[in-house]
Amino acid sequence: MEFYRSQVLVCGGTGCTSSGSNDIFAALKSELVSKGLEKEVEVVKTGCFGLCELGPVVIVYPEGAFYSQVKVDDVAELVEEHLLKGRIVKRLVYHDAIEDDKIKSLNKVGFYAKQERIALRNCGVIDPENIDEYLAFDGYKALEKALTQMTPQEVIDEMKKSGLRGRGGGGFPTGLKWEFAAKQKNDQKYIICNADEGDPGAFMDRSVLEGDPHVVLEAMAIGGYAIGANQGFIYVRAEYPIAVQRLEVAIAQARDYGLLGKNIFETGFDFDVEIRLGAGAFVCGEETALMRSIEGERGMPTPKPPFPAVSGLWGKPTVINNVETYANIPQIIYKGADWFSSIGTEKSKGTKVFALGGKITNTGLVEIPMGTTLREVIYEMGGGIPNNKKFKAVQTGGPSGGCITADNLDISIEYDTLVAMGSMMGSGGMIVLDEDNCMVDVARFFLDFTRDESCGKCTPCRVGTKRMLEMLEKITEGKATLEDLDKLEKLALSIKTSALCGLGQTAPNPVLSTLKYFRDEYEAHVVDKKCPAGVCKALMQYTILDDPCKKCGICAKACPVGAISGKVKERFVIDQDKCVKCGVCMEKCPFKAIVKK
Amino acid sequence: MKSLAELEAIRKKTVDNVNQRTDRTTTRIVVGMATCGIAAGARPVLLAILDEVKKLGLGDVSVVQTGCIGVCRLEPIVEVIRPGEEKVTYIKMDAEKAKKVVDEHVAGGKVCDEYVMHIVDGHVVNDYTVKHD
Repeated sequence: MEFYRSQVLVCGGTGCTSSGSNDIFAALKSELVSKGLEKEVEVVKTGCFGLCELGPVVIVYPEGAFYSQVKVDDVAELVEEHLLKGRIVKRLVYHDAIEDDKIKSLNKVGFYAKQERIALRNCGVIDPENIDEYLAFDGYKALEKALTQMTPQEVIDEMKKSGLRGRGGGGFPTGLKWEFAAKQKNDQKYIICNADEGDPGAFMDRSVLEGDPHVVLEAMAIGGYAIGANQGFIYVRAEYPIAVQRLEVAIAQARDYGLLGKNIFETGFDFDVEIRLGAGAFVCGEETALMRSIEGERGMPTPKPPFPAVSGLWGKPTVINNVETYANIPQIIYKGADWFSSIGTEKSKGTKVFALGGKITNTGLVEIPMGTTLREVIYEMGGGIPNNKKFKAVQTGGPSGGCITADNLDISIEYDTLVAMGSMMGSGGMIVLDEDNCMVDVARFFLDFTRDESCGKCTPCRVGTKRMLEMLEKITEGKATLEDLDKLEKLALSIKTSALCGLGQTAPNPVLSTLKYFRDEYEAHVVDKKCPAGVCKALMQYTILDDPCKKCGICAKACPVGAISGKVKERFVIDQDKCVKCGVCMEKCPFKAIVKK
Repeated sequence: MKSLAELEAIRKKTVDNVNQRTDRTTTRIVVGMATCGIAAGARPVLLAILDEVKKLGLGDVSVVQTGCIGVCRLEPIVEVIRPGEEKVTYIKMDAEKAKKVVDEHVAGGKVCDEYVMHIVDGHVVNDYTVKHD
């Protein structure tokens, strides 16, 4: 293995390549050889750094010298001065890079500047498997305050005053839900944590469970006290083994310290928690299906009313809240409702955690006060779209949500504003889409998911999602008509009004939303039989361009289905009927003579 | 079963351990070990750090795992908080780099500049992916 004393990174992204970075890469390599440095200095071609206007970009490590707008003629000087003599070539260094200090602490970065970490305050800070560290940051002080200084009704009043709304997607006022359950007279009540987190692309709840499991236990105990329940269940999906393990450790530690179990803090209040594992069903994130699953039944939703607060698990009054909702509660009780309601907007108090994914530079979790705009989340915290691509839409709310376009990026993020746009907050998954995403394909992807996850109990969802998927597949294969688009829309609207549970009621949302904002893309698939984004395989054609083609025959040899015919030094042609659109020919062509359109 | 007084005592004792401000008395090394970190390869990093700390016989250094720090694409992330110093966040770590950080920064007091975030125009440039043609 070579031990290099220095690494020179040359940006090989599209922007820099078109400004000549390949030549710079080659020149660097040969210049290093001529100076005898090739065993000490490594040249690496990298993906796009994101600073395409400053390209071609060359970065030299370990110094971190950032050279911008480098030309092939500069290479000799770079090697001579910097790599041989160790003197940075000042005239090529990007001016802001000299002033930009090497940012040492993550907390100072733009990513964190506008965040307000309430639900995530301990994540990344404490050791989740050490209860002492949770205690050090005022852990279990809220439970202490509730049990020793407040009555159950006072706890409920504080929750109502805070304005906290359910973070799982429903957005129902938590204090009200607790009050309904508290008012029921019954010898047994339950409190449940919904940790099923089924939305594709959502990982907020997972991070809370993996990074700060005690916050959920403390909040459930407070909730149990408020409504009169002494038994809690955490329903966590089995696909989260680390979260399950950390919860088990946390529960054992809390029991050991007497924070769960009998007579907590000698107040006579008993409370304990058990874990129940999901088994891979998205529908079990729906509260009634979840309760049936805990009871040992098949996870199928049941009609509401009766609502769980009145008749839930085993027919007893039950409160079900989402992980993120719980993550906010101890601080509301400890610091007071007024503190919480001072953050956010009038109808949406507090903060929301979003899981940024898709075509975004900074994938990860951001927690922002309600009222922040989508533009700030995507461009300031998310770092924008990588590879200099154009933003197309952002899908919020997962398979139940809709997409929001560039025109609406300045809306403030709140429960009601997103619903007004035809989308929803959902659990917080935010998938960013760029110009290379086909919106019809996105709708098809979500429908494929919801159809697969449909429990089958009610006809609108069981049959409806399948029919919608079939229509979308017809569209992506270029076999649909404009009439089909109208049929699709009508079907979507009728499923919305007739399905039994949230899965079916919201499954049409991606379809309706993309039809509303991207009808032109649908029409291109249907009328022109073309996919503008270049995604739908059936509508793409691989063609060999006669001019750059050197008639070498490499593509014909590589084709796995023998779809390319021709003779060496004569023409080569792709038979479109045989072609399976795998793209190997385009990959192997040394002259870039094959295009996909 | 712990009394309220006992819990308060535990709190006071542990606050110094977890405190990320400069007024701490011991060194704390934090390794991101949520699913994002583990998937990126944080376990070998954690083991390398534990190994090196033990080898050098460093006292007053605690090595802990933590949950998701937030910028998942920069994992494996290692944060070093020394008494009197600002927290330093190292990104895209591996076992070799982690060993160097323990030797040079934790033991020697010199921050390893090459492994912190290098930001130009708001872009983190040292989280590059290598292109193979």
